[in-house]
Amino acid sequence: MSTVTNTIFSPELAARFDHLVTIYPVKRSALVPMLLYAQDEIGYVSDAAVSEIAVRIGINDLEVRNVLSYYSMLRTKPAGKYNVQVCTNISCMLRGGYGILDHCKKTLGIGHKETTADGTFSLEEVECIGACCWAPAMQVNYDFHDGLTPEKVDVVLQQYRDGQGKDVK
Amino acid sequence: MADVTLIVDGKQITAPAGTLLIEACKSAGIEIPAFCYYPGLSLQAACRMCVVRIEKQPKLATACTTTIAEGMVVQTETPEIAQARKATLQLLLGNHPLDCPVCDAGGECELQDMTFKYGAAESFYAEPKNHREEQKWSPVVYFDRPRCILCYRCVRMCGEGMDVFALGIQNRGSSAVIAPNVPAQLSPDDLAHVDCEQCGMCIDACPVGALTSGTYRYKTRPWEMNHVATVCTHCGDGCKTTLGVRSTSDGSEIVRGDNRDKSGINNDFLCNKGRYAFDFANHEDRITQPLVRQANGELKPVSWEIALDHVGKKLRELRDTRGGKSIGVIGGNRLTNEEAYLLQKFARTVLHTNNIDHHRTADYVAFAQSLAGHGERTASLHDTLKAPAVLIVGGDPTVQSPATAWNLRTNVRLNRAKLYIANAAEIKLRRQAKAFLQLAPFGYNALAAYLAGDEAAALSATSDTAALSSFRDAVKAEENLLILIGSELRGAELKKLIDFGLTIPGAKFALLSDYVNSRGAADMGLLPDMLPGYTPVGATSPMATEYAGPNALGLDMLEMFDSADRGNLSALYVVGANPVARYSIDPATLKNTFVVVQEMFLTETAALADVVLPAANLYEKAGSVTNSYGDLQQVSKAGDRAGVRTDFEMIVRVADKIGANMQSLVPFGKGLRADMGQTRGVQSGEADRHAVWLTANNMEPRLSPFDSFAILDEIQRLVPGYNILRLQLLSGNDQHLSPAATPLVQISNRRDLVVPANDTLFTSGTLGRYSTMLCDLQQNEILRASNLTQIQTAAD
Amino acid sequence: MPTLVSHPDEVKIVSRRFGQGAADIEKYIELDGYKAVQLAISQGAEMSNWIINTMKASGLRGRGGAGFPTGMKWSFVPKVSEKPKYVLVNGDESEPGTCKDHVIFLHDPHSVIEGTMIAGLAIGSKLGFIYLRGEYRYLLKQVEKAVADAYAKGFLGKNIFGSGIDFDIITQTGAGAYEVGEESALMESLEGKRGVPRIKPPFPAVVGLYGGPTVINNAETIANAPHILLMGGEAYAKLGTERNGGTRLFGISGHVERPGVYELPMGYSLRKAIYEVAGGIKDGKKLKAVVPGGSSCPVLTADEIDVGLDFDQMGKAGTMLGSGGIVVLDETVSIVEFAMRVISFYQHESCGWCIPCREGTDWIKKTLTRVYNGGGSKKDVDNVQYLAENMMGRTFCPLGDAAAMPTLGFVKKFRKEFEDYIEGHKAGTPLITVEQLVGAGH
Ligand SMILES: Cc1cc2nc3c(=O)[nH]c(=O)nc-3n(C[C@H](O)[C@H](O)[C@H](O)COP(=O)(O)O)c2cc1C
Ligand code: SF4
Ligand code: SF4
Ligand code: SF4
Ligand code: SF4
Ligand code: FES
Ligand code: FES
Repeated sequence: MSTVTNTIFSPELAARFDHLVTIYPVKRSALVPMLLYAQDEIGYVSDAAVSEIAVRIGINDLEVRNVLSYYSMLRTKPAGKYNVQVCTNISCMLRGGYGILDHCKKTLGIGHKETTADGTFSLEEVECIGACCWAPAMQVNYDFHDGLTPEKVDVVLQQYRDGQGKDVK
Repeated sequence: MADVTLIVDGKQITAPAGTLLIEACKSAGIEIPAFCYYPGLSLQAACRMCVVRIEKQPKLATACTTTIAEGMVVQTETPEIAQARKATLQLLLGNHPLDCPVCDAGGECELQDMTFKYGAAESFYAEPKNHREEQKWSPVVYFDRPRCILCYRCVRMCGEGMDVFALGIQNRGSSAVIAPNVPAQLSPDDLAHVDCEQCGMCIDACPVGALTSGTYRYKTRPWEMNHVATVCTHCGDGCKTTLGVRSTSDGSEIVRGDNRDKSGINNDFLCNKGRYAFDFANHEDRITQPLVRQANGELKPVSWEIALDHVGKKLRELRDTRGGKSIGVIGGNRLTNEEAYLLQKFARTVLHTNNIDHHRTADYVAFAQSLAGHGERTASLHDTLKAPAVLIVGGDPTVQSPATAWNLRTNVRLNRAKLYIANAAEIKLRRQAKAFLQLAPFGYNALAAYLAGDEAAALSATSDTAALSSFRDAVKAEENLLILIGSELRGAELKKLIDFGLTIPGAKFALLSDYVNSRGAADMGLLPDMLPGYTPVGATSPMATEYAGPNALGLDMLEMFDSADRGNLSALYVVGANPVARYSIDPATLKNTFVVVQEMFLTETAALADVVLPAANLYEKAGSVTNSYGDLQQVSKAGDRAGVRTDFEMIVRVADKIGANMQSLVPFGKGLRADMGQTRGVQSGEADRHAVWLTANNMEPRLSPFDSFAILDEIQRLVPGYNILRLQLLSGNDQHLSPAATPLVQISNRRDLVVPANDTLFTSGTLGRYSTMLCDLQQNEILRASNLTQIQTAAD
Repeated sequence: MPTLVSHPDEVKIVSRRFGQGAADIEKYIELDGYKAVQLAISQGAEMSNWIINTMKASGLRGRGGAGFPTGMKWSFVPKVSEKPKYVLVNGDESEPGTCKDHVIFLHDPHSVIEGTMIAGLAIGSKLGFIYLRGEYRYLLKQVEKAVADAYAKGFLGKNIFGSGIDFDIITQTGAGAYEVGEESALMESLEGKRGVPRIKPPFPAVVGLYGGPTVINNAETIANAPHILLMGGEAYAKLGTERNGGTRLFGISGHVERPGVYELPMGYSLRKAIYEVAGGIKDGKKLKAVVPGGSSCPVLTADEIDVGLDFDQMGKAGTMLGSGGIVVLDETVSIVEFAMRVISFYQHESCGWCIPCREGTDWIKKTLTRVYNGGGSKKDVDNVQYLAENMMGRTFCPLGDAAAMPTLGFVKKFRKEFEDYIEGHKAGTPLITVEQLVGAGH
């Protein structure tokens, strides 16, 4: 029983959200996943998304923003189609994580939290992504790429550029 | 609850089980420092200032989250604890501007106090401090981020306390920040704003100078002010507000309102109006000279002597020629009890008229009569904080009686009080209600009838009759129910509701009205048919024996204007009221009436007057007031304005000019006792009752006719129900009074005499129009609303 | 895709099915899957006690970091409760150096599901949650599919395995926050709030998720439950050392020849783990230091590694077993730089709730960054130590300790290196350039 008539989301996502708020003992439990899935679809959590999610959950916009701003994966500004997240935390750092980050900066021509002019890539330096034993590692959107070398990075980026990346959602 | 005994700093202390350690210590005189703890709000354990050592616990414990236990052994000040607190302060100061000399909270800052105590002032950080511009969130709320220590008091105050939830916490770690509910990107000026009730409670709770108020900011320093505790003029709750006063060239100016010691009837609460809307006193349009209308029709400033002479002469002449019955008197809702009492006494005994009324915002006459003989059934404002169950019929306390609403929310939150609400509108308090009954428009009469047992009334009360019936069952099952009644209920229906309530064991009642002394005005007999204490005109009573007033009932407010319209009202004497605007009187009505108005501003009524006498307001005088509930409190003089006089003084002076016997009007002076009964009372030979009473009560006679205590003495002596405890009053405490009315067979059906003020959070009758702050806030609301529509239309 | 590694010293219990396609439910069943839960149900009225006693006997201690005995934790949940009880699987895995749950979710998601059911049966809960960090989206899909398959088989839902008991599982994702791994913060997150921890007591076993009694366990802890029930508590216990039953997954990373996730018996030698299991220091370099259990554990120097990998021995050695993420540093590493990177992480991840952690991590980070950039003074080392010492034990949740402990370890054990660095004698090969620091997001 969706209360939202004029959804800003795709019919699929709207349907998913309609369902999501029903599965938990408390509606609000759907908040964090909804924000993430909304971002997956729109590219970021827009003000309109905040408002619609607030309505769906039955809380005010401010509460949504409070939560939204807490989580580092959630953003309120658009990113590139492929968000390249390079881990530079200890295990990766020891095995060249910063070199990988530098390489990405150079080849993409952008810095931390920046997006390429064509909107294809954005770059982010991130904390440990749970791939320490296969360091250095990065994620492109949700896909893991590990055991990286600059050459491997080039191959990976080219795959995405060519639209051949996995891009799990 | 059972008591628990523990040892704190070697001292044995006892407190009820379930008490928090920090509170138990406090009641034993041991202050534990705390930034994030705020009594009554949810616990945070965030600031770590309240750390103490509890025996057998591995780590320092936070006193604000520890519940006391039998045999607990606690240390609250050891070198280890001092070091922990010092380090916490050092950490805070690492990023906190150390500019106390220019900070608004300087002198009242908990961080400053603690830093001093724990010697953490010298900062050893080399890094530059974060700096950000101060933000204006609303006309009253300013935020200075670097000063914020993230104690979250404001967030909880706004959410839990106010049920507004306008403040949040955003980002995390060292980027965490308090954020208001209108983000910059959704604001037309690209600045963040707070869309809220503007109560200032967040500012009040802020332990540092991060949240400051628009009105007071940088005007002065706390130690440069005198602080005067008095009573807010704006609604019927009558909160204690402490006014910060600074001397100026023409008197003393009020620069701040707050609730410093939280000791009043309102505990820690004040709404926007009590906190900020004192500024009408400083408004540039204030009248500071008497004005007399000239032959050319213009009002011209004249000396007091000329003005008073003129008024005295005219009134005396009109009384003597056209009779007291041709004169009307209208009093105000913001006068003190003494003034209201004096005014009606002046009317009855000097002007010889019972044509007395005031702007009634609730039907206190019917209320008092319905509760005649049930004095113990009237509720105090304190009951809203303690009653286990509350029924609210009509009204909208959130807007009309914010302190009542605050208390109710607190009671629900902390004591799980059960709130039952029946209202034709979806009032905000329904969010705290156990049951909310949506009434049909004007369904109150039917509801009262239904509650009283008239099943047939159900359908006129509400469309949801099933809910209605379970609502009635639930309410009936309650004991010690507090019944709060809105001004919608009047006359017979009010009586019906009260009669129903009286069947519930322990139920208590209150009738909510609009201004600081609306209740007092009625209690003090500013009524055509009632002497003070709801003593019917013409009935035998001690008061009637002493008053030589007319025996016939007077004209009420509307009748007076009708009479004026017919050319029968020779004079109208208005004290602190604006009936012309309130009752939409056609100005032409008064063209043949001599009108005297005591006012602060040239209101619609004053503008029609022949004489305008510049009046002091409630913050500029002393006396007592009675709130909606019947709680009596003292008001004290805070501000002062050259050129104005209190209504009390003006009435006395006018009476004098008329040639009244001053000592019968105001029982003052030592000479009375000597000639027992010569000057007092009409029946000669009778003892001077007042003097006898004073002696019996160990009181001295007052020395001046301008001493309002003389009238208070008489009120206490003569007004049924006003058996005032002087010590309570003088020590600034409130006391609950119940009028001891005589039941009346016939309850008046003049519903139209009661005109609720319908004030919003940001209006306060005529007076409110002269508060720049309230005007700003109304403007702010309008802007907000129009922006919202713009944003919405843009999104569509 | 994580590569699987193997070493003869490994004792494969929880990793038994890795690499065998057990993410597929048929394969899982073939490899004794869903037998343990049926065995438990077959205990009838004694089921709950039987499970808890077996878990107690196994000596299994929580694999999330703190090492709390699992059987005991389960026994704390009140038998009767007005509010529903919940099982919560902590798959937030975010402690730097840790990636073991990653492998479990990838190779054996059903073991987590079955473990959750077992925990539910033990405490009388009807609903379990599996919470994965937001970055693990592909693993979430894997777990979601496994849950769906289990439902399809009728293993989950109404009347599981004819027991008359209903049990449901909901999968949940985070959205990037280390602190949400802390159990009460995780509950807040799962309730749709900011990941700020809760005041304790009350503890989750009494008042947890949605206010109901809740058992929260690390994914590896939970995944062990089915194996323990099948092999018997005592048998499992015997694999490890005293009070440290069984085996655990160790993720060995950093400067080793064969990094990877290995399952070793509790008490296994740290030296052997580095030099034998993980193939020794990479490129024949010398060992400088080891962070033995995720980034929050105080560092061990090269000559402190003759210690058994269990909670008690590591504690005696002045550090912790933590999450089992062993990070190895060779001689080229600058401790100043490493310490700076570690504190940067905690500064970034501090939830900001309490003053000592929020402000402490920020200032230590600022100070160490300045030191690293060459602007340090001797007093800075003292200040860092002072700050860390004053954070210890004073914060609202253990993240503050997690930041202070390694910092103290670095400045105490490598004080000389800090002082030399400040004086311009910089040891080690820099891994981070100043330029990189300026642009860094943390
Ligand atoms: C800051 C912080 C982060 C944590 N992160 C995790 C985590 O990612 N995964 C985890 O299982 N436990 C984590 N924990 C430990 C949990 O709070 C909790 O102790 C654990 O999930 C209990 O499970 P166990 O008994 O099976 O170890 C963390 C604790 C803290 C203080
Ligand atoms: S002024 Fe009152 S309503 Fe507004 S933010 Fe502050 S506490 Fe909330
Ligand atoms: S603004 Fe004041 S009350 Fe609010 S969190 Fe900051 S310091 Fe506390
Ligand atoms: S609640 Fe009423 S009395 Fe209290 S401050 Fe507000 S307006 Fe004044
Ligand atoms: S120690 Fe304090 S600031 Fe740090 S993560 Fe825990 S609660 Fe948050
Ligand atoms: S440190 Fe990079 S994935 Fe863990
Ligand atoms: S007052 Fe106890 S932690 Fe803040």
